[in-house]
Amino acid sequence: MSAVIEQHHDDDHHHGPAKGLLRWVFTTNHKDIGTMYLWFSFAMFLLGGSFALVIRAELFQPGLQIVQPEFFNQMTTMHGLIMVFGAVMPAFVGLANWLVPMMIGAPDMALPRMNNYSFWILPFAFTMLASTLFMEGGAPNFGWTFYAPLSTEYGPPSTTFFIFAVHLMGISSIMGSINVVVTILNMRAPGMTLMRMPLFVWTWLITAYLLIAVMPVLAGVVTMMLMDIHFGTAFFNAGGGGDPVLFQHVFWFFGHPEVYIMILPAFGVVSAIIPTFARKRLFGYASMVYATASIAFLSFIVWAHHMFTVGMPLAGELYFMYATMLIAVPTGVKVFNWVATMWKGSMTFETPMLFAIAFVVLFTIGGLSGLMLAIAPADFQYHDTYFVVAHFHYVLVPGSVFSIMAAVYFWIPKWTGNMYDETLGKVHFWLSFVGVNVLFFPQHFIGLAGMPRRVPDYALQFADYNMVSSVGAFIFGFSQLLFLFIVVKCVFGGKKATAQVWEGAHGLEWTIPSPAPYHTFSTPPKIDMTEAHG
Amino acid sequence: MGKGKQHGWLVALSLLFGASNAHADWTVNMRQGVTEMSRQIFDLHMTIFWVCVVIGTLVFSVMLISMLLHRKSLGHEPASFHDNMTVEIAWTVIPVIILVVMAIPATTTLNAMYDIGDSDIDIEVRGYQWKWQYTYLNDDPAQEVKFMSALLTPAEEYNNLAEKRENYLLDVDNEMVIPINKRIRFLITSNDVIHAWWVPDFAIKKDAIPGYVHEAWTVVDVPGTYRGQCAELCGKDHGFMPIVVRAVEQDEYDAWLLGKQQEAADVYSIVGKEWTMDELMVEGESVYLRNCATCHQVNGQGLPPAFPSLVGVGIAVGPIQEHIDIIIHGKAGSAMQAFGAQLNAAEIAAVVTYERNAWGNNVGDLVQPKVINEQLPAL
Repeated sequence: MSAVIEQHHDDDHHHGPAKGLLRWVFTTNHKDIGTMYLWFSFAMFLLGGSFALVIRAELFQPGLQIVQPEFFNQMTTMHGLIMVFGAVMPAFVGLANWLVPMMIGAPDMALPRMNNYSFWILPFAFTMLASTLFMEGGAPNFGWTFYAPLSTEYGPPSTTFFIFAVHLMGISSIMGSINVVVTILNMRAPGMTLMRMPLFVWTWLITAYLLIAVMPVLAGVVTMMLMDIHFGTAFFNAGGGGDPVLFQHVFWFFGHPEVYIMILPAFGVVSAIIPTFARKRLFGYASMVYATASIAFLSFIVWAHHMFTVGMPLAGELYFMYATMLIAVPTGVKVFNWVATMWKGSMTFETPMLFAIAFVVLFTIGGLSGLMLAIAPADFQYHDTYFVVAHFHYVLVPGSVFSIMAAVYFWIPKWTGNMYDETLGKVHFWLSFVGVNVLFFPQHFIGLAGMPRRVPDYALQFADYNMVSSVGAFIFGFSQLLFLFIVVKCVFGGKKATAQVWEGAHGLEWTIPSPAPYHTFSTPPKIDMTEAHG
Repeated sequence: MGKGKQHGWLVALSLLFGASNAHADWTVNMRQGVTEMSRQIFDLHMTIFWVCVVIGTLVFSVMLISMLLHRKSLGHEPASFHDNMTVEIAWTVIPVIILVVMAIPATTTLNAMYDIGDSDIDIEVRGYQWKWQYTYLNDDPAQEVKFMSALLTPAEEYNNLAEKRENYLLDVDNEMVIPINKRIRFLITSNDVIHAWWVPDFAIKKDAIPGYVHEAWTVVDVPGTYRGQCAELCGKDHGFMPIVVRAVEQDEYDAWLLGKQQEAADVYSIVGKEWTMDELMVEGESVYLRNCATCHQVNGQGLPPAFPSLVGVGIAVGPIQEHIDIIIHGKAGSAMQAFGAQLNAAEIAAVVTYERNAWGNNVGDLVQPKVINEQLPAL
């Protein structure tokens, strides 16, 4: 407590960061917290990635070589949980922390102390989750979707720790998103109307609402699991009058908006980068905002397309098929707008632009395979095969993850005051781009050919493409160490960045010096641009 | 082991550099299958696929042209347009039209699939961790045929101690047999966790969910052996519970069914006889290897804590009635299943006797099938 007071005292006089490690423990500064979120998510990315490499190493050839099936299932589960909740979501929260106040001309997040809490919950949550690997009976082994009754009646003892960890992550996410909403709605500089906000701010505002809406649903479903496991209820136990399918409905009511939580901020990032390097304003700003809002709305009413094979009645299948197909419309609008932004621009291809263009192309491929999956009768053949694995990795890895990398390259000069090494950045991009396609493209083929997902071993006809896929995984995985090196190098030195950084950049964050001072916009800026967004 | 692993990597490397390998059914696309439904779905799949290819090609071509022409390095000056209501409406409306066109055949196909109708043969498909049970339903219970179908591929193959043969991981001990050109209805359910019964050639994938009985149907028009796998993560051996369905001519099917009914009658008679210790031990070992060894391991040591050891401790050396009960009724809240519904009385008697007298366990007692028979739940 005394340290907290002292820090306030300190801040009042020096307006700079506190000294030493405690700076990071007690900080309420949005830039510090953003930095911590980003480093934390990168650590989780490497951890979850190493689990993925265990999976791909085992699947390199038919037969059981490296791990046994029970451990393989723990790896698929932990990989999914850590990547979704530990890598992608915190990375976007980190970006929001750094960027939202600077983009709307606010001095900090609206609720700085809560901001600190929402970050510091995460290391505890994930330490607990990761520690289940060392518990008797092993880590959760029922997939990141933890379908009952496999996760309830048949789950390992560590399931309880998993439930508690999910609760913590949920609390963190809810606090973080409340903070984002309050900041955006209350702390915009005068003149920064909603329809002048950069698209990244818009997409985060919508994402934050999605989070607030669905994280309690996740909390609900894991609590019902907890009750089933320890307190004799039978929510999901058919033998006790419960319903295993209820689990899936509740889970996917959370789960489908969740996948958009992981992609909407990516749309915002790409909508900032493409206009900058095309040196041309974003095409169709208003329609981009409306499309994002439509996607968010649709995300609530399509959940059961994950469940086409659970035996829904015909009317249910048809409804969820039609509603899901509709998502293609606003998503298409976004892609067309990005392409129109590039059209007749004056483009250069620095690393952030390369990642952003790769995002548009590969996300579109993932979107098109998503459209195929929406067709319910065809989904009977695609469902739970590697085709699905290929689909969601295309939207999540060269989708969300590429956008995060693009964002880091784009804004790191602003964060550190140094330019990153452009040559190395391009090498990183090309390794990642080739790696990710070698990794995931063949999975479309083995999925269509009939390989189920989440299997530790497979029939011989799937051998060739699995091997190719594993080679791609190792290329992609190890090239991320280069990313780490580039970021560290940039933190410690490099060509000094100007305030503007990029020739074509627009927006408030580019009006302040690089590196951004510890406190920015203590007095609100004057918004004199007719439209502040790129 | 180390040597075997090295050998594996060599094989892998040679594969990587294009050395040929006997791979059956090497394919990059969905199967057309052998039913009217599966062919309709294949056509639907190809239609959407080509629609997606065309859309993707158009979008990516525009991007590529733009990236080639509109570069700063070529001195291209940025245009200033940034809004156009007409194109926004166009690229909202046109996709909607494409979607409607795609939705029509999808709806037709789905409608046809959901038209269950009357069937010639009803087969109950019941998922267990990690095998399937098939019951050919019959109004006369004495005529009912019921059997378990589990992985045949030996452990040596997936542990890389023996060469992997054709149909590696896709072979079962007892395959389902159906006649061609007959409408078969599957009633799909599960005894423990959620499984999914998937035969790609029939385009049937239905979740097997405890507490639910789902329907699916097929009419196979080409004789042959069709292989599939469990498609829903169901625990440790999810990757090791294949499905094999053999579609045959009607008379071959009739002969097969008669044979199965005869087997059932034989079981009925052997349950009644008095068994010796040796007979029970021999039968018990084979039952154990088929049903128990995946969890409790061949040596009975199990994989604690999930799968307890049977050697020297616990149920196999305790009171015999408790031992019998747990095998018949399973253990709630664990992976131990109720084998009373899967094994016949002779098999249960044999495996109980075997577990009490194998691996150095020497309780010395045995149990007769007819004793077990009295305790089996009525089906």
